Amino acid sequence: MEKKLALQMRGITKRFGSVLANNHVDLDVYEGEILAILGENGCGKTTLMNMIAGIYYPDEGHIYMEGREVVIRSPKDAFDHRIGMIHQHFKLVDLFTAAQNIILGMEDQGRYNLKDVNARVREIAEKYGFRLDPEKKVYDMSVSEKQTVEIIKVLYRGADVLILDEPTAVLTPQEIDRLFAVLRKMKEDGKSIIIITHKLNEVLEVSDRVAILRRGEHIATVNTADTNEAELTEMMMGQKIDLNIRRSDPVNVQPRLIINGLNLYDSERVHVLKDVSFTAYAGEILGIAGIAGSGQRELLEAIAGLQPLESGEITFRNPKKDKPVTFFHKSLRRVEELDREHAFHDPQGKEISFKGMSRKDIRKWVDSGEVLFKEDEIIDLRNKNPLEIRELGIRLSFVPEDRLGMGLVGNMDITDNMMLRSYRKGPGGLLDRKKPRALAEEIIQSLQVSTPGTATPVRRLSGGNVQKVLVGREIAFAPKVLMAAYPVRGLDINSSYTIYHLLTRQKENGVAVIFVGEDLDVLLALSDRILVMNGGRVTGLVDARSATKEEIGLMMTRTESREGGEAHE
Amino acid sequence: MNIWLDFFIDSLAFGATFIYGSTGEILTEKAGHLNLGIPGIMCMGGAGGCLVLNLIGKSGMPGFLIVLLGTLGSLAAGMLMGLIYSFLTVTLRANQNVTGLALTTFGAGLMKVLMKLTDPVVYLVGPKQLFRFPFAGRTDSLQRLGVLFFLAVAVAIAASWVLFRTRAGLNLRAVGESPATADAVGINVTRYKYAATMIGSGIAGLGGFYYIIDYMASQEAYLSIEAFGWLSIALVIFALWRPHLTILGSTVFGLLFSCSSYIANIPGVQITMAAKPILKMLPYLVTVLVLIVTSIRNKRENQPPASLGQSYFREER
Repeated sequence: MEKKLALQMRGITKRFGSVLANNHVDLDVYEGEILAILGENGCGKTTLMNMIAGIYYPDEGHIYMEGREVVIRSPKDAFDHRIGMIHQHFKLVDLFTAAQNIILGMEDQGRYNLKDVNARVREIAEKYGFRLDPEKKVYDMSVSEKQTVEIIKVLYRGADVLILDEPTAVLTPQEIDRLFAVLRKMKEDGKSIIIITHKLNEVLEVSDRVAILRRGEHIATVNTADTNEAELTEMMMGQKIDLNIRRSDPVNVQPRLIINGLNLYDSERVHVLKDVSFTAYAGEILGIAGIAGSGQRELLEAIAGLQPLESGEITFRNPKKDKPVTFFHKSLRRVEELDREHAFHDPQGKEISFKGMSRKDIRKWVDSGEVLFKEDEIIDLRNKNPLEIRELGIRLSFVPEDRLGMGLVGNMDITDNMMLRSYRKGPGGLLDRKKPRALAEEIIQSLQVSTPGTATPVRRLSGGNVQKVLVGREIAFAPKVLMAAYPVRGLDINSSYTIYHLLTRQKENGVAVIFVGEDLDVLLALSDRILVMNGGRVTGLVDARSATKEEIGLMMTRTESREGGEAHE
Repeated sequence: MNIWLDFFIDSLAFGATFIYGSTGEILTEKAGHLNLGIPGIMCMGGAGGCLVLNLIGKSGMPGFLIVLLGTLGSLAAGMLMGLIYSFLTVTLRANQNVTGLALTTFGAGLMKVLMKLTDPVVYLVGPKQLFRFPFAGRTDSLQRLGVLFFLAVAVAIAASWVLFRTRAGLNLRAVGESPATADAVGINVTRYKYAATMIGSGIAGLGGFYYIIDYMASQEAYLSIEAFGWLSIALVIFALWRPHLTILGSTVFGLLFSCSSYIANIPGVQITMAAKPILKMLPYLVTVLVLIVTSIRNKRENQPPASLGQSYFREER
């Protein structure tokens, strides 16, 4: 059967600054088909589709519909050409009902009559098998219902080409089945459906053809029936590239952070971490691989004390064996408590007991530095806030994904940003500015931050320099666990290597480094072990020295999870 | 003379000042802009209307034309202030609170200068009678409700109708709740913000004009307008961002506010001078209570527009 072309893209190129997001992409979309756009994080899938939807405008190339060239400069132009995109982040007004959201912004078509709109929405919903109450308010809706509103919003405007960006990312398996059934019905109705995804099983299940993108380039478009998982993975991942990152062998590795059976729900009650268990060792870099939004951020935040857990344990082993007890962080009461558990011995190995001693004498003894821990301290981090975690003596350094949002204050200068970590240390109620300034100068020196001086607001620095300041500060506080999420995002090659080198040096200093990365080549070259996450679950733990990109790629994208033992160590 | 009826009608008449002020403020807030310039805008609205009256009041024009032109002058002055506010906060994305406070200081100050230029006689003769409905002539207390009072009620109801029953209202509320969403569906966010702010400011300006010319009919009346502007902003919260509820709210505020003047006239009631300010405080106290009650109930519909006070930057395109 000859199929009619709905849309053609020819030689589409888009640059963001010096980054080439799409390089001469050609793509055909037919009527009555489901086309999957497959690719890794940051390969340009969404950018490409945003150009049809009117969010971005291509630097080069042409878009044709029904043989004629079209110019799409805004979402409204896209609607006029019967193209609608359902974005990953829904754009809905919470306070409005489904129907109100659906007709929002539409030009007058007769009188404003919500009853008519409700009826029309019900009609569309019935036709394609959606379940939606048009009078329900968006704030009362589940994620799946919100998505339905977005899809109907597009259909209501008469779209024939529907683009869905990662539509299954937030849905439960049952909801995914229902969505796919709807998509098939729309296809039978002659609509062209494009889904952006990285989940191979979904591609194989629902699509007719697959277009594979890699690093902004269109690799191939194949018929789904003629391909298989392995072939798709290979096209998606490409060959391994040697990056020449210096990697030392781990020495004296010890368990430092033990995560067991972590479960976490986000504010919309989506299950974002499912039974996550692993151990991070001191003296190694544990890489975390996964498609963006697979729970990496939530995992790090949970460890840093920023997310309330549903269930599970986070245990920190403070390396205190044979180290003297200090009063730096601990109260005398805590020392007495530990003493009852027979936790101390003297330098000769003889057990110490404070029983019957006065507090003054205990303090004297401890201050002499001759009271040593018998074992490492085991500390439960569950539901402790970041400050408590630090007061316990745990140096958990956290480099958030959103550099300026959570890590640094843009309007404050470098010194002040250093003080965000040390403001409690000044004499009395006053701030100590000398040490932070010295630290700021040291970071500028050692990491070659290009800035006029320590008094420059961080917001004025370039992305790479901001990142250096943030990473530099986190490292300066001698962490025992260093977590870094996408620390090289947006950095040039040289700055990236500076950061890789810093992480490696931390590892050699006996820090347990957890590195969340998006580039598999970097993960393979930098880490000692790689934990693979997929949909909030740990789907694999591999040795970075022997693993291949394809192997990790499969773990990242395959949806049927391998339950039980394999996911653990 | 029935003192209670007098009290009630007077409160209604007085409350119309607030209906204008808070209906105007609600329109602006529904577009996502907290306009603290309302007191200044009401001052300028009053001054603008009075200047027009001063120019044409003795020209022998028909009475209704004088009234009409005065009202239009007041409307124009308010809208001009709204234009300044919109330009600063929408186009230049200046801080809304600072801009609003600056406009209030500016408007209140300029008004004092302008009002000194007008002829005090203008406020006493002519206009006051022209604002009355003929049927209201029988009893003294109904005399107090003029054309501009009924206009205030009509404006509040119309504003509610537009906001909650029309496409334009839906789009405007979307702009105030989530400008990014509105932008994505092709609503011209800037245009809606300008329109809502300017129309709202024009309406608020009428409040100042009404108070001077109709309710007080005295040149000195301008001195209290700024304070009533603040009360109008408080009333927005009381009315839960629904213009038609400002009619109820204004009456309650009017009653509370006037009771300090009327309480002394009630036989058997004695109050000291010191008690008066305490009575005048009542409207604000009620606002606090309403805030507490609505915060506890925490119903989504009764909350301020979600993007209130935030400038909208379209993301990099």
